[in-house]
Amino acid sequence: MTVADASFTPPSPLRRLMRRKLALLGLALIALVVAGAVLAPWIAPYAPDEQLFDGLTLEGAPLPPDARFIFGTDLLGRDLFTRILYGAQTSLVIGVVANGLALIIGTLVGITAGYFRGWIGAVLMRFTDLMMAFPALLLAICLAAIFQPSLWIVAMVIALVNWVQAARVIYTETSSLATRDFIAAERTLGAGTGRILFRHILPHLVPTIIVWGTLGISTTVLLEATLSFLGVGVQPPTPSWGNIIFENQTWFQTAPWLVFIPGAAIILLALAFNLVGDALRDVLDPTQRGRD
Amino acid sequence: MAAYLIRRLLVSALILLGVSFITFVLLYVLPADPVRQIAGRSATAETVENIRRELGLDRPFLIQYGRYLAGLVQGDLGRSYLQKTEVAELIASRLPATLLLMLGAIAAELALGLTLGIVAALKRGTMLDQTLMMTSFVTVSAPQFVVGLLLLYVFAVKLGWFPIGGYGSFAHLVLPALTLGILGSGWYSRMMRSSMIEVLRADYVRTARAKGLGRARVVLGHALPNAILPIIAMIGIDIGIFMGGIVVVESVFGWPGIGQLAWQAIQRVDIPIIMGVTLVSAFAIVLGNLLADLVAPLIDPRIKLK
Repeated sequence: MTVADASFTPPSPLRRLMRRKLALLGLALIALVVAGAVLAPWIAPYAPDEQLFDGLTLEGAPLPPDARFIFGTDLLGRDLFTRILYGAQTSLVIGVVANGLALIIGTLVGITAGYFRGWIGAVLMRFTDLMMAFPALLLAICLAAIFQPSLWIVAMVIALVNWVQAARVIYTETSSLATRDFIAAERTLGAGTGRILFRHILPHLVPTIIVWGTLGISTTVLLEATLSFLGVGVQPPTPSWGNIIFENQTWFQTAPWLVFIPGAAIILLALAFNLVGDALRDVLDPTQRGRD
Repeated sequence: MAAYLIRRLLVSALILLGVSFITFVLLYVLPADPVRQIAGRSATAETVENIRRELGLDRPFLIQYGRYLAGLVQGDLGRSYLQKTEVAELIASRLPATLLLMLGAIAAELALGLTLGIVAALKRGTMLDQTLMMTSFVTVSAPQFVVGLLLLYVFAVKLGWFPIGGYGSFAHLVLPALTLGILGSGWYSRMMRSSMIEVLRADYVRTARAKGLGRARVVLGHALPNAILPIIAMIGIDIGIFMGGIVVVESVFGWPGIGQLAWQAIQRVDIPIIMGVTLVSAFAIVLGNLLADLVAPLIDPRIKLK
């Protein structure tokens, strides 16, 4: 009997996440990038700005990948592997900071608009609609051009552009939660608005926030790379996977590794967060359970 | 229906007004001074002031914005600071290239996405299905400039099948359209797969099969039309995604559309052009969303306009 009983307890979300191969692959990739970023000062063979005297050919061309420079060297004779490792720091810092900010803005706007119907909700959601109609990349480029771009400014710009999706999802969930009986019961019992919002509604939103937070990092990493590729994101000499491509793209026909190695790094990191986010959605959202 | 349409049009107009206001505020606080750019470095303070007055840039913010709006309702987007041409004309001359690129992208994403989605649904649970769905994850995780440069490297530089960039023939269109469409194809193949799986479970498909129809007839004649329609209705929403992508794709391929126009204008602080392109893009996005909402109930009568 005990054996049968045990099989009836639903496995924890973490357990079920671990059972998915793609989610595991995503987590492994994230772990790899995080390890590379954190350990960069120790495992990188050179300094990120070091222009090696033997890092270029006699004609001044970058070196292709070989045993000494496993990812080759860039136009200034710097070790690409080193710059990729340090670039991982940039991607992760922006991914976490920008996406965290976007999530905070989105949650606050969504929860407020969803709980307070009437004019507050209407104004907030119309503003969200307006932001949806804004060509996001153009807006980000304009903003990045207005402020002198630095790591933190780029993170802020991305947050200002990216909070909209989260706000809409949180809004929809909150407005359906707000009409449920247990919230009405709390209100009758005399619970204040702040208590209802933070003790009763917010906990129900946690799965959604986790899913959107994970998927959002992927969007953020891609947006940072794009801004940096256009030259209005993270500025050299601070390495970012996007600006490594920006600096070297004129040479992409003869030195393709300078474009495609950082390109592959961007894709792998964005892919990793998409895989984990998608699996989290399946695991955390009860309505998706049992579907494939 | 009429009341719904009027309300939606009004809301759309208000959204565009809001977009114009926010863009104007952003560009007004821009620290780079457009007058300095126009006058050049050697200009005297007097020349600079003259140009400033000529462009009306010495006026207070609200007056500048009011003037802009007054022009806008007459279809006047102002004049470019540097090229001395009407912005509306500049955009109109670039728009066909961008529209062509978008049509190409829509064709590419539908052809790729729908086919892969249908195959995955029919082969559900197999290795092929898993591989296709993994591919769709990769395509939605790849930044457009990397995809563009990769396609350029393989198909233009190495294989020489297509030109390295530029505009003019069908061959020029293929790579940029693929680059822009590949992102969407990932979403479409996932949606198509689940839509198809849903439809294949439906009673009328079982009936068709029970009548003794062949698998091909059932899939192509009964399941496919019903699975595809709700997905076609979403094309309007893509316009927003394309509007972001064109700046990147047009700059990678040297495609002479409004994305490149905007990108050059941003680098030269040519504010009227940035304003114009932003508004035209916002207009396209609003229109696309409106169309998507209007088409949905025509395709599926269960969806009601509200």
